[in-house]
Amino acid sequence: MRRAVLIAIPYVWLLALFLVPFFIVLKISLSDIALAIPPYTPTLDLSQGWAGIKEFVSQLDFENFVWLTEDDLYWKAYLSSVKIALIATSLTLLVGYPIAYGMARAPEEWRPTLMMLVILPFWTSFLIRVYAWMGILSNEGYLNQFLLWTGIISTPLTILNTQTAVYIGIVYTYLPFMILPIYAALDRLDGSLIEAAEDLGCSRMQAFWLVTIPLSRPGIIAGCFLVMIPVIGEFVIPSLLGGSGTLMIGKVLWEEFFSNRDWPVASAVAVILLLILVIPIVLFQRNQQKQAEAEQ
Amino acid sequence: MNSTVFAPWDDPQAKPLIQFKNVTKRFGGFTAIDNLSLDIFEREFFALLGPSGCGKTTMMRMLAGFEKPTEGHILLSGQDIDPVPPNKRAVNMMFQSYALFPHLNVWDNIAFGLRRDNMPKHDLEDRVEEMLRLTRLEKFARRKPHQISGGQRQRVALARSLAKAPKLLLLDEPLGALDKKLRQDTQFELMDIQEKTGTTFVIVTHDQEEAMTVASRVAVMDQGKLMQVATPDRIYENPNSVYVADFIGDVNIIQGRATSTGADTYRIDWAEGQPPLTATSASRFADGQTCHLAIRPEKVTISAERPADAVNAVQGKVHDIAYLGNLSTYYVELSNGIIIKAQTANTRRISRRSFTWEDPVWLSWTATAAVLLAD
Repeated sequence: MRRAVLIAIPYVWLLALFLVPFFIVLKISLSDIALAIPPYTPTLDLSQGWAGIKEFVSQLDFENFVWLTEDDLYWKAYLSSVKIALIATSLTLLVGYPIAYGMARAPEEWRPTLMMLVILPFWTSFLIRVYAWMGILSNEGYLNQFLLWTGIISTPLTILNTQTAVYIGIVYTYLPFMILPIYAALDRLDGSLIEAAEDLGCSRMQAFWLVTIPLSRPGIIAGCFLVMIPVIGEFVIPSLLGGSGTLMIGKVLWEEFFSNRDWPVASAVAVILLLILVIPIVLFQRNQQKQAEAEQ
Repeated sequence: MNSTVFAPWDDPQAKPLIQFKNVTKRFGGFTAIDNLSLDIFEREFFALLGPSGCGKTTMMRMLAGFEKPTEGHILLSGQDIDPVPPNKRAVNMMFQSYALFPHLNVWDNIAFGLRRDNMPKHDLEDRVEEMLRLTRLEKFARRKPHQISGGQRQRVALARSLAKAPKLLLLDEPLGALDKKLRQDTQFELMDIQEKTGTTFVIVTHDQEEAMTVASRVAVMDQGKLMQVATPDRIYENPNSVYVADFIGDVNIIQGRATSTGADTYRIDWAEGQPPLTATSASRFADGQTCHLAIRPEKVTISAERPADAVNAVQGKVHDIAYLGNLSTYYVELSNGIIIKAQTANTRRISRRSFTWEDPVWLSWTATAAVLLAD
């Protein structure tokens, strides 16, 4: 009995917070747009009995999904999102790995402080931090003022409302998700392995490539997925920092819901987005599982 | 002395493989190695023995190149190796934790060092196979380190460090992680491999039995200094200080005053109401000088009556008996409260033991059984 309850809790959780909302969205994606509240038809009327359900099902169709393939906006947005996510993830890795490495190599007494510094930004609202970047990156922003003052540039750089700003925003926001798993992997790394590699003829650099990198790979993979999965659907950063030139599926989704009020098409976009994300999520889970097995 | 006995340290012509020349190593204000000089010869199995924190690991890390001497020099085959980084030294190390690469299988672990030398593929394969045979690991070549037992991991670590045929192999507490039975088997295996390969081994250990078993010479260290460097039997039979006598094996230490009674013979007055003891010593003691008499428990005979011809005999009663299976150690309390240990082999069954608690007994030993040590 107790066991049944314990097993049931995560399933009830999954059902209530994922599967039920997902099926509602899936149902809306199969409906038609309507000027009504809610803004789609059909709606299920159980008072009609079995005939009502048959009537309801017969009105569902896939035309919203067909529409997604006909207008090139959508697949371009998907593609652009995946591209931006891949590039941003690589950039985050390039910035995050040295930080994680430095943290793992820092004296023991410094590590909690460094860890705190990485986590600290989470204590402020995400929106406020993105707005702060607008203040830094705009033409009259702090960055341009500083560069003009030092004389490196003579005219302000246009960074805000470009993809560069989006990358800066994503790297900044998602950096902790990259640093923490890599740091965890590097922290566990036995220092004598590096010494053994050097003892067997490796230079410092070779030891890094042949020992440190392979042994931190689970952390690298975990960090990359933790960054890439949410970035594909990212909406706030591209809409605040990216301007109209940045095409990302999260933004398209938002506009379909709130500007066009076309809930069925928006739902179809969301369903496809979820299907795209399932692949990396499954890969991520497998990586975590493999790591857990290796540690046993 | 037989000419086939391996003893290059007694040969003034022999050239040492390693020379420590007045080496001092400080970490901040702490002196780990204090002005230490030492020669280690080719093909030796040399043990650095001492309590934790005595500097033995620092010595080894300096040989491997992970630490540099603060003062003095270390010479390998007559060449100063202080500026040579660890990856350029013909020295390999077997780490205490084994430090096997968890992402590589046994074969690749052993091949790791050879690959760094860009050894031709064919030679490399031959060498790895040879190492696998030497350490009897052929069946486990494709396994990852976490898929084999502790004893097998130890052998992989040994094979990996021997693969590059180093001039000198360093072993940092190589058997510390193994249980006692496996450790004893492995000790002989280590000696076998050392003999087969002819490599010079330097082993660091805090286990004196291990050092005595495997080593051709043992260096007993304390607080960054060498207390004594000698063969295991000399360390045991002729310790040069109370520290060494006490550190190696079990010992009774009796403090007293020496008085010369003839050539190399001394009378030791050591307690009120106890007969003086007699001991021989090659080193000189002034009359009335404070000295310590070190007697191994197995050299003390225990008997019910005073042996008629005993040079040294004291009386007491059995205070405690430690039964070790093959041996029994009797803790005999003398009338003045001093406890002296005597060890006998249990050649009879325990039910037929001659002495039991509170029995009055005599302890006796010969004049040459004890070592007379200065303060």
